[in-house]
Amino acid sequence: MDLQAIAFWVLAIVIVVSALAVISARNPVHSVLFLITAFFSAAGLFVLLGAEFLAMLLVIVYVGAVAVLFLFVVMMLDVDFAALKEGFARYLPLGALVAGALVIEMVIVSMAVAQGGAAGRHAMPLTATPHATNVEMIGRVLYTDYIYYFQAAGLVLLVAMIGAIVLTLKHRPDVRRQNVADQVARTPAKGMRVVQIKPGEGLAP
Amino acid sequence: MTSIGLPQYLAVAAILFTIGVFGIFVNRKNVIVILMSIELILLAVNINLVAFSAFLHEVTGQIFAMIVLTVAAAEAAVGLAILVTFFRNRGDIAVDDASVMKG
Repeated sequence: MDLQAIAFWVLAIVIVVSALAVISARNPVHSVLFLITAFFSAAGLFVLLGAEFLAMLLVIVYVGAVAVLFLFVVMMLDVDFAALKEGFARYLPLGALVAGALVIEMVIVSMAVAQGGAAGRHAMPLTATPHATNVEMIGRVLYTDYIYYFQAAGLVLLVAMIGAIVLTLKHRPDVRRQNVADQVARTPAKGMRVVQIKPGEGLAP
Repeated sequence: MTSIGLPQYLAVAAILFTIGVFGIFVNRKNVIVILMSIELILLAVNINLVAFSAFLHEVTGQIFAMIVLTVAAAEAAVGLAILVTFFRNRGDIAVDDASVMKG
């Protein structure tokens, strides 16, 4: 067994075990940490497949942003997670049945496709050629044929960012904010009051 | 042990996808774990796309995987924002209480 096969099996087993731990851990913080392990192992699989750029992207986007976001939210919400766990045993038999059927179907179909179908032509994954690295190949296709999809992805991210901000923004009535328009529109007539005071009398409050 | 080809990668992706579906089934109340299960499903899809891309010697699949990654990140951000708002309004994140939509 060559080194690549050993690496593949180690990474595959780590992915499956940590994915199982994600859905069965009692503490959601542990779930997030196992999710990070699964993402790291998937990045390793991508490196084995010769997709280095996507592997780095996976580590940066998923581990660096998404998993940390999950971690923040899990730690911020003060929820009794043990109470949320109580339906676990009740749905376990049905879930196991559906999952078993699904995995058998999908593995059989993927074996059939992989052995007889479209992908049977190449035995080895595509790796970097001397005249083009993986990043270069992606860039050449992404910025030409798929430029509109690239732009649309940027738009999706913008909409998601605005949506997340709008959803979580809280207007507190007890906090006084600066209103620049009010300040600019202020005139001497509005801001100043001339009071005639009779001599000998003070200014009534 | 034979050498590692496309079938092995597809099998890992299929198992990962199934674990994600199973996680949604058994964690019906816990939205955070449901969101994590969706991330696992999208990761399985990405592994499929990259494996096909590598063995077909065609880089397009990796671009599709990148777009799936973008959508997954956006979905996680919006989902968690909705979760935070929900927690603020109710003080709890049990989703089966949220079966009636009120303004």
